[in-house]
Amino acid sequence: MTLALYVPRASVVHRLPAGAKLLALAVLAVALFVLPTLTAAGAALLGTLAVGLLVARLPVAVLARQARAVRWWLLALLVVHALTTDPRTGAHVALRLLTLVLAAAVVTATTRVSEMVAVVEWLSAPLRLVGVRPARVGLAITMALRFIPVLIERADRIREAQAARGGSPRGVRALRTTIAPLLVQVLQMAHDVSEALDARGADDVPPPRRRRRSPAVEVPR
Amino acid sequence: MKTRDLAYVALFAAIIAVLGTLPAINVGPVPITAQTLGVMLAGSVLGARRGFLAVLLFLVLVAVGLPLLASGAGGLAPFAGASAGYLYSWPLAAFVVGWLTERSWDRYDVLRGTLFNVVGGIVVIYAIGVPVLKAVTGLAWGPAFWTGAAVFVPGDLFKAVVAAAIADVVRRSYPVIDRPRRTAGSR
Repeated sequence: MTLALYVPRASVVHRLPAGAKLLALAVLAVALFVLPTLTAAGAALLGTLAVGLLVARLPVAVLARQARAVRWWLLALLVVHALTTDPRTGAHVALRLLTLVLAAAVVTATTRVSEMVAVVEWLSAPLRLVGVRPARVGLAITMALRFIPVLIERADRIREAQAARGGSPRGVRALRTTIAPLLVQVLQMAHDVSEALDARGADDVPPPRRRRRSPAVEVPR
Repeated sequence: MKTRDLAYVALFAAIIAVLGTLPAINVGPVPITAQTLGVMLAGSVLGARRGFLAVLLFLVLVAVGLPLLASGAGGLAPFAGASAGYLYSWPLAAFVVGWLTERSWDRYDVLRGTLFNVVGGIVVIYAIGVPVLKAVTGLAWGPAFWTGAAVFVPGDLFKAVVAAAIADVVRRSYPVIDRPRRTAGSR
């Protein structure tokens, strides 16, 4: 799937288990808030860049893209802190934010979506106690991933049909003539998909453990 | 949970993802996107429980590394950024919208729906998003409110009306929320 942010490379970081990387990320986040100094944040940023660019050999563009996403925040932080508190605090807070965002981007770029989904299933295992079945979580993820291209295709088809008829309705009319009917259509589709899945045994609950009977005693009817 | 409910949950997670592909309007640091429209719709079409789960599922998809947020952001980075609080507030927002919608399902109309969307989809989101923004960035309350809430009010009001209008049509042609249970004996 080309949709993912995963960047394949043969590196130690890529080979680490997904759970370990997530744990490291959590530890880093806590550490950056417990040690609120400019040096700590700077060292963490350098460390993150070293791991991402040198060890995992990610392209600079991958990290630059995530940094670009928060550039206005960083700028706003520097300006507002320079005006209201002092520039040093601004630099520290901005550095911390940038470090966390980049570290998260490194984890995402070095871990396959399927591995992350496995971690999600594993994390949802304790939810068994409140009646959540981890396999159902996996099924929901799979269905959502399948629905995304289907939705895009259906919306495109409607747009093309309207263009062929000479333009699409706008404003409130568009709500009634296209968006709401489209929603009804896909709700129906989701319903059909669920029935097809149930017909193939998706709703099978593992039977409660019964007393084991010896086959010799079983009488064929 | 029935497979049907699971499919609805997955569908709305996908809808929120697709709404993220619509062009976002950039006003300062946080873009105005159509995705909160999806959050409001999830609540007002699916109800509290399934709406909550749909948005949660969407966030899981983002977290595992799919670039589904508006402007192609994804992975764990957005959950650490300054606007992380808004993301965390979304499932709760859908829940509140859904809960209010379920309670007056028999009398639902665009006006009521808009009101529910404002309470759940605007008030709840700001109430969580702005304090997190303040904590992450160390801004004062004033600037945090202006950059994190005030600029979004016009767009969010518009989305609240649109979501209610769509939900109203869907409610009449393909109701997903069950009628509220009557007390025993009244039916």
